[in-house]
Amino acid sequence: MAFVQQSSPHAHKARPTSKVMLWVILAALPGLLTQTLFFGWGNLINVAWCIAIALASEAAVLKLRSKPIAFVLKDNTAAVTGLLLGLSLPQFAPWWVSAVAVISAIVIAKQLYGGLGSNPFNPAMVGYALVLISFPVAMTTNWAEPAMLWDKAPGFGDTLAAIASGQQTAVDGWTMATPLDEYKHKIATHTAEEVLVHPTFGDAFAKGWEWVNAAFLAGGLLLIGLRIITWHIPAAFLGALIVMSLAFGSNADEFAPLSLHLLAGGTMLGAFFIATDPVSAATSHQGKMIYGAGIGVLIYLIRSWGNYPDAVAFSVLLMNFAVPFIDHYTPPRTYGHHKARRGFFGGGRS
Amino acid sequence: MPSTIKLWDFSGGIHPVENKQISTGRPIQSAGIPGQLVLPLQQHIGEPAEPIVAVGDVVLKGQKIADVSYGMSVPVHAPTSGVIERIGDYPVPHPSGMSDQCIVLKPDDKDEWCERFPISDYRTLERDQVLGIIHSAGISGMGGAGFPTDIKLKPPRDRKVDTLILNGAECEPYITADDMTMRERAGKVVAGLKIMAWILRPERCVIGIEDNKPEATAALRDAIQGTQIEIAVIPTKYPSGGEKQLIQILTGMEVPSGGIPADIGVMCQNVGTAVAVADAVFEGSPLISRVVTVTGGATDSPGNFEVLLGTPMAYLLEQAGLQQDRVSRLVLGGPMMGYTLNTTAVPVIKTSNCIIAATASELPAPPPEQACIRCGQCAEVCPMELLPQQLFWHSKAAEFEKAEHLNLFDCIECGACSYVCPSSIPLVQYYRYAKGEIRVQRAEQLKADRARERFEARQQRLEREQQEKELRRKERAKAAAEAQAQKKAEAEQSAASGEAVDERAAKSALVEQALARKKANSEASNAKAAPPPEAEQETPDLDALEKQFSQAQSKLETMQAMLEDAKAQQADNVDKLERAVAKNHDRVKRAEEALADARKTLAIHTEPQSIK
Repeated sequence: MAFVQQSSPHAHKARPTSKVMLWVILAALPGLLTQTLFFGWGNLINVAWCIAIALASEAAVLKLRSKPIAFVLKDNTAAVTGLLLGLSLPQFAPWWVSAVAVISAIVIAKQLYGGLGSNPFNPAMVGYALVLISFPVAMTTNWAEPAMLWDKAPGFGDTLAAIASGQQTAVDGWTMATPLDEYKHKIATHTAEEVLVHPTFGDAFAKGWEWVNAAFLAGGLLLIGLRIITWHIPAAFLGALIVMSLAFGSNADEFAPLSLHLLAGGTMLGAFFIATDPVSAATSHQGKMIYGAGIGVLIYLIRSWGNYPDAVAFSVLLMNFAVPFIDHYTPPRTYGHHKARRGFFGGGRS
Repeated sequence: MPSTIKLWDFSGGIHPVENKQISTGRPIQSAGIPGQLVLPLQQHIGEPAEPIVAVGDVVLKGQKIADVSYGMSVPVHAPTSGVIERIGDYPVPHPSGMSDQCIVLKPDDKDEWCERFPISDYRTLERDQVLGIIHSAGISGMGGAGFPTDIKLKPPRDRKVDTLILNGAECEPYITADDMTMRERAGKVVAGLKIMAWILRPERCVIGIEDNKPEATAALRDAIQGTQIEIAVIPTKYPSGGEKQLIQILTGMEVPSGGIPADIGVMCQNVGTAVAVADAVFEGSPLISRVVTVTGGATDSPGNFEVLLGTPMAYLLEQAGLQQDRVSRLVLGGPMMGYTLNTTAVPVIKTSNCIIAATASELPAPPPEQACIRCGQCAEVCPMELLPQQLFWHSKAAEFEKAEHLNLFDCIECGACSYVCPSSIPLVQYYRYAKGEIRVQRAEQLKADRARERFEARQQRLEREQQEKELRRKERAKAAAEAQAQKKAEAEQSAASGEAVDERAAKSALVEQALARKKANSEASNAKAAPPPEAEQETPDLDALEKQFSQAQSKLETMQAMLEDAKAQQADNVDKLERAVAKNHDRVKRAEEALADARKTLAIHTEPQSIK
């Protein structure tokens, strides 16, 4: 009789990567639904389109690389990349903008580096940053005007047609500047009260955006509760953003207020769904805190003094650069050692 | 009495399904005497024991059949009476599935004991005597590693053991051997612990036990009445029974990397070891059997068995009602750290605590390995606070020095990281591979270093010899130059005194004198020589020989003169000239001898009667 020969441990109780990714997708659904509720069908269509492109381009590269296609696609990571881009891109972004973003994310940022687990940069954010720089107009003028779904002017068909036409003029009547964009460009010449009368801010602080961010916050807390992500990156990210805002932005006539930083733009999506991508993030708890805090600080710096109204993509990418460095200087102290072996090889043996 | 002992937590850890109830349903039973016992000579860490019996010998139960010959080792005893059938290589329990030297005993079913010497009060003995009893009882750690117990109980002089810990955590799923031992033999457990405590004289003696063993805890509480022993009930979390983790839980201290618990004044002993020590002292019985958990979905009547060492697994599994068609893998040890067996022919040894006959659904093959997504779950559960994923990257890329830098060798291979890995990467296997490679590299490095040292030492020696030779040569040259200078001075002096003697003339005069002496001598000796044979030879040409002799002589003189000159000038050809002079000396001597012979012959021819 031949017995199974295997190296220990013989027991496993893992949540496979595919399930982890599935949970990420599920946790993002409340955010997607809220987006749809306040900004119309655009995000939903984008998500579907981006996921389709993501799976197709991943499959194409896998075929070129002679890798098992079904086995890899089932890990759901390409779907998550598509989902994140669909959630972040402007609601009326032309189809080709989304396609360029997704293809560069999957093909260049992920597969050319060796596929899942080998990419130093967050693929979705590479795609996002690429189209943001390449197509600035399409990326700033296609944000939907916030209104309840049932009050919204373009229905599903109109939205789909507008996205599919790829024409800028098709959507002019339905779009509006984002709150962060509006505030950033008006505050130099207006007071806070004057800026905030714009309809994009609504009755509270950022019409629709606050609910979308709240929904992503809820989804993120679910992921922490499920132990799919740890609290370190989001907490450091948001903490740093809050500290920066309190330190520099107390004057609302000069800089966007804290409420806007936290609840407008991609803050919560970034903090819980994007910055926590384990592949491109730091590994140790201490490293994650540094990494998250770095993103928070950079977001504030770019939003306040940079050229872009939002800054999640750039901040995440910049901190991705720093990850190997952070990792080398933040290993945990191993049991039985006086101190951690920091640095590359010079760090004193303990 | 609730546990009020202060406890610490260790980092990480997991909560695998325990599956312990499978084997706790019935008391420990005797597995009986199998038809054959296969006793490996090495059932412990260290050097194998040497057989002291021969094939065909009849041995009694408890009789020593293999003893320590060198190094760290423990003896092996006959688990029952019988005949030594064979001594040779048989499959032994080892992850590699290798064979090793074993003594095969054919039981005679009489189970007849040899003479035993129980000790009722060990306190009347010296501590070393008790350690001797433990040693000759063949006891090695029964928790898994199999370290010789007597050596462990004798830590280095500068290492005082303050805390003696009895490890009853038994954190691995499935295994209940220690649990059942504590439930049923709490008295012996405590007695053995007391002996070890008496030897070590610790300040504190504590039994660590996971809170999933209430029956065992209750039994031990009864047994420790009236002693100073503490019982610490610790939260169930794998690997709390790991030596380093248990020490951390009970003392808050960490064993230094690369060190031993005694470095921080702690020692851990296993429950089964304590029982073996008690048996050795109070009954005089050596270690010939142990409690083994036989469990798994492919057994009909799982449970714990008192098993004679050397009992083949096949026999033991039969006792537990193995279903041959259901078993997919056999694991010796627990599901987290045990290893698979490829045959049931291997015997139970001193360290075998559990055998799991698992069905395919019980311990399924892990799904195919996927890419690491750096999720960090492995680091979350690592009890040693390592970075398992970095270790994995480096091991996979064969960047061993980087893996070592990240403390690869602190990994205890508990398997928690692999257990939780969402990409089902066999992490521990990668670490074992890296450790193995590094050990090989180190061994090779050591070998290369030694070879280099040898080579360098040889080079140095050769160089030194060369230098010494050079030095001697220079000294000789210097001495010659001095002699020359002196001679020159003397010559000048004599010139000054009016004796205008040519050097060569002086020399030839000396040689002439010497020759004259020699001639006289040889003539004298010839005169005394035995009667010569009736020589029919021609009359030698005396004139020619004399000419030859004088030629050689003058040549020698010329050479000597040249040599003197060369020495005075420190010329390169001094050596050559010295040789030439020596050669000419020989020539002169030969010519002289030839001349002498010729004269002698002539004398015989001309005065044949003179000898009379």
